[in-house]
Amino acid sequence: MVEPVETCQEREIVTIQRLLVANRGEIASRVFASCRRLGIGTVAVHADADAGLPYVAEADLAVRLPGDSPADTYLRPDLLVEAALAAGADAVHPGYGFLSENAAFARKVIDAGLAWVGPDPESIELMGSKVEAKKRMADAGVPLLADLDPAAVSDADLPVLVKASAGGGGRGMRVVRDLGDLPGAVEAASAEALSAFGDGTVFVERFVEHGRHVEVQVVGDAEGVVVFGDRDCSVQRRHQKVVEEAPAPGLTDTTRRALHAAARAAAEAIGYRGAGTVEFLLDPADEQFWFLEMNTRLQVEHPVTELVHGVDLVEQQLRVAEGSLVQRHAGEVPEVLTPRGHAMEARLYAEDPSRDWQPQSGVLTAFDFPVLPGVRVDAGYAEGSTVTTHYDAMLAKVVAHAPTRDEAVRLLASVLAGARIHGVATNRDLLLRVLRAEAFRAGDVSTDLLDRHGLLLGQEPERDHVALSAFAAAVALAEHGAATRVVQRGIPVGWRNVVSSPHTTLFGHRGGEVVVAWLGGAGYASADGTMTVVEASPTTVVVGRHGVRHRCAVAVTERSVDVDSALGHIALRRTPRFVDPADQVASGSLLAPMPGSVVSVSVTPGAEVGAGQPVLVLEAMKMQHTVTAPHAGVVSEINVSVGDQVAAGDVLAVVEEEDR
Amino acid sequence: MSNRAAMLEKLAALDAEHAKAVAGGGEKYVERHRSRGKLTARERIELLVDEGSAFLELSPLAGWGSDFAVGASVVTGIGVVEGVECMVIANDPTVRGGASNPWTLKKVQRAAQIARENRLPSINLVESGGADLPTQKEIFIPGGALFRGLTQASAARTPTIALVFGNSTAGGAYVPGMSDYVVMVKEQAKVFLGGPPLVKMATGEESDDESLGGAEMHARTSGLADYLAVDEPDAIRLGRRIVARLNWRKAVAAPAAAYAEPDHDPDELLDLIPEDLKEPFDPREVIARLCDGVGSGNEIAFDEFKPLYGPSLVTGWAKVHGRQIGILANAQGVLFSEESQKAAQFIQLANQIDVPLLFLHNTTGYMVGKEYEQGGIIKHGAMMINAVSNSTVPHLSIMMGASYGAGNYGMCGRAYDPRFLFTWPSAKSAVMGPAQLAGVLSIVARQAAEAKGQPYDDEGDAQMRAFVEQSVEEQSLPFFLSGMVYDDGVIDPRDTRTVLGICLSVIENAPIEGTDRFGVFRM
Repeated sequence: MVEPVETCQEREIVTIQRLLVANRGEIASRVFASCRRLGIGTVAVHADADAGLPYVAEADLAVRLPGDSPADTYLRPDLLVEAALAAGADAVHPGYGFLSENAAFARKVIDAGLAWVGPDPESIELMGSKVEAKKRMADAGVPLLADLDPAAVSDADLPVLVKASAGGGGRGMRVVRDLGDLPGAVEAASAEALSAFGDGTVFVERFVEHGRHVEVQVVGDAEGVVVFGDRDCSVQRRHQKVVEEAPAPGLTDTTRRALHAAARAAAEAIGYRGAGTVEFLLDPADEQFWFLEMNTRLQVEHPVTELVHGVDLVEQQLRVAEGSLVQRHAGEVPEVLTPRGHAMEARLYAEDPSRDWQPQSGVLTAFDFPVLPGVRVDAGYAEGSTVTTHYDAMLAKVVAHAPTRDEAVRLLASVLAGARIHGVATNRDLLLRVLRAEAFRAGDVSTDLLDRHGLLLGQEPERDHVALSAFAAAVALAEHGAATRVVQRGIPVGWRNVVSSPHTTLFGHRGGEVVVAWLGGAGYASADGTMTVVEASPTTVVVGRHGVRHRCAVAVTERSVDVDSALGHIALRRTPRFVDPADQVASGSLLAPMPGSVVSVSVTPGAEVGAGQPVLVLEAMKMQHTVTAPHAGVVSEINVSVGDQVAAGDVLAVVEEEDR
Repeated sequence: MSNRAAMLEKLAALDAEHAKAVAGGGEKYVERHRSRGKLTARERIELLVDEGSAFLELSPLAGWGSDFAVGASVVTGIGVVEGVECMVIANDPTVRGGASNPWTLKKVQRAAQIARENRLPSINLVESGGADLPTQKEIFIPGGALFRGLTQASAARTPTIALVFGNSTAGGAYVPGMSDYVVMVKEQAKVFLGGPPLVKMATGEESDDESLGGAEMHARTSGLADYLAVDEPDAIRLGRRIVARLNWRKAVAAPAAAYAEPDHDPDELLDLIPEDLKEPFDPREVIARLCDGVGSGNEIAFDEFKPLYGPSLVTGWAKVHGRQIGILANAQGVLFSEESQKAAQFIQLANQIDVPLLFLHNTTGYMVGKEYEQGGIIKHGAMMINAVSNSTVPHLSIMMGASYGAGNYGMCGRAYDPRFLFTWPSAKSAVMGPAQLAGVLSIVARQAAEAKGQPYDDEGDAQMRAFVEQSVEEQSLPFFLSGMVYDDGVIDPRDTRTVLGICLSVIENAPIEGTDRFGVFRM
């Protein structure tokens, strides 16, 4: 219960005693960390799938939200408020995502007599409406891109962007470079918006080539708005931020001041309280910028601001929620808070670049990062955690803070390259490619950076790298076997007095198979003679190739072998030597291509299907995947029903081929 | 030529002979076999044994120098299956359909002997067309012992397993028939006493392969097959599961403590062994490259026994892969009375404390001559032979160099049934050296001619000596002797430590018990 402790002028000061975080993973951990420092008790909520995650254990109290899907758990205002009351919390922090920008939830929390760690519901509502927000911003003198009348667009206006009013995440967005394409684009965008958001309203505005996404961190309190500098979040993949930094690189002081002033004006215009972010589109050609939207919550990328400004933004949120004032920097002119050094954040996602970035599930059999000064890792998972596809695929935010941007980039790349992440595929290689790209290092950041510099390509590791890692894996497995022998313990691995053929070890790698042919006996060698082994144990193998020694750290589990070396990480699947025929998959089986849930099943057992005919639809992370019949035949089995959660490789259905 | 170069040349020749065995029936037949979706005998073995484990192939040169293919159309050896040391016997169907010839029989009987003496479960990988009919007279009657051996092995509580991949007909049908566990591969195994033509001739009945002896029939109807495998890898998988459930316990526990590698690099053995066997070498140098080095629990690598007495034979205690052994090694070639008595005593000592013995051969035999005969060399040699014959601790023999005359017996040659006997490419073994043998023949012939008062044909004598010398030389060489299955294989000296390590582990499947019962020692 909120307890008034002091009344000063009109402000009522309360002290939060116990805070519930209506969220999960790294942001819950992040908020708990500030609470511990401030002596505030903590309450976690968790869906069933998250019961084993570190944030649940970190909290003083935890409340289960039965079920797995967000709709049953983290998106249930009623359950969350009940949880807060049951656990004796007196405040609720919504984190980001889920209900963090849901005014109704904020009201429900407040109505229950709990403190809401966020802006007023009115501010949330106002900024949630694009039309209303734009109007208010225009009135406040915040620069805006003008809406163009589709009928009046001329060649001079090109290129233009067609956007859904209710949109987000890039859906219903189209760039038009040829006037003739405009009517079609408007129609298509409208149709897409209608189906996605139930609102077909679209508008047209100028399209900024190589635009940058620059944002300003603000925290409003009873005495006004404090600006905590700017960030650049331009590097995105499919509208998902990948790398963020503070301060935004390469801006003139004039532009920076103007951005901060515009953000302050935007926040002040609505009497904003709490932490928020004002996002702008910036044209790098002339540093003109325009208001995009205001996020009325803490951003994922807030750590970069915290590092360069030496501020705890969660603490500021809590202060505002308690009715006290934001920490202000004495002696500094508010608009030009000087950043200390440069901070860079990379978002590590559990997604497989080789499978169209599908979200990945699995057990993180290793998850650690080199410990270096200036590095901060905000992670929602730890070694041994299970990653599911029910929620956002972000595993961790890896942040580097250094005196200059170049040093921060180097530090971040070093930490990412040295991390051991086993069990699920990640976007690490993409992050490293970005951090090592000349253009990025030069500060050339824009939302189309990845496409423009081909950074999404080149995802196949080099064959030599795979071959070397697989060889090391085979040797480590052999050493593992030797170490667990019950007879002939000291006899050299794979020794033969008459050699008939090399030993072979099979691994699965990505979609394919890697065969390692090796010789044992007095020492290990690859059968082709190109690689030898200098040192071998079940966990470390030093491979010699072309006169160079490669030290490989090898982690063996029942199903996988992970090899980390200076060349990078290679994840291999162990191939069983023998398969019990009873376990073999019937031909014509439809296997789940990725983990996800079953959205629809369009056939019934006994139905005749043609080759390529849709059998069922899976959804994972907002992406739908249609599973089709591999050949014409009769559906003999349907093993799933709508709503089922399936793992990659599960047999969904069997289509028996018709005999001719 | 340096010792090393000479030895490397011999090893290259050995590799070439092994390659012949590995090649089986040759490219054409191997290809045809594979095109039927079948694995070769060695591929089956590679899949059967534990990943990364060692496989000690036995008698790979059997049949060398005969009319039959090197290897004798069968592969035998000791492999580790599910952590159990097993005798593996695999027919090579690419060599004349895997038909057995007299050398096949010898090789398989030797494998069975090793399995029996060391108490190993055995796994037969069966695919054989039966007996080589032109040589049936040498196979049929003695070959019956194989089936008797199988059931006796079973009775001795060493399980027998048959994985049937193909033909196993007529007499061959008794291999699965006498085995404890039988796996048959679907649509491949064919197990019957008489095929359709024979049945037709015998009873007039019309039949076919599948109904007479198919895997499905045996699994579902006759019950001869305990398991039906869908394919070859599945048969091997099932074979491994059978072994995994044998509840196998070795009679002797393996040493728990760690041990040091030899104090000197085994690679140096190549420099050590002289090409000319007349040149003696110090066996202590060999021992230092075979046995565990100094370490905790092994403060002295080789504790020599009676070093000042009978110096032509080195005796003493050492460890190999952590296991204590007694070693008898020839130092100066000739065995005198002192050496014989020293050996007899040392063999009794090993029996007193249940320690296996290793014999390192390089002997030209017992000393001859008036002085020695009068000194009782026969009595003393007999003491040594008595001791080695009646000793019950396991014996291992390595032919390093010469092994001539009764020295071969005293040092536990093939006829004295060492558990294992391996040969280095540098070795030679015969009743005596080729030149001596030819010379003896010449002297005897000359004396005979003189007795009859006939003139002696010196030219003919020279030819005879050259011929005898050459043929004895050939017959005393390792490939020839290995071809006769007079050893268990010719090995690279550098592999000796590993081979001994495997053998010492294998012998621990049977109890190691010495004896105090010897024949009457003639004093």
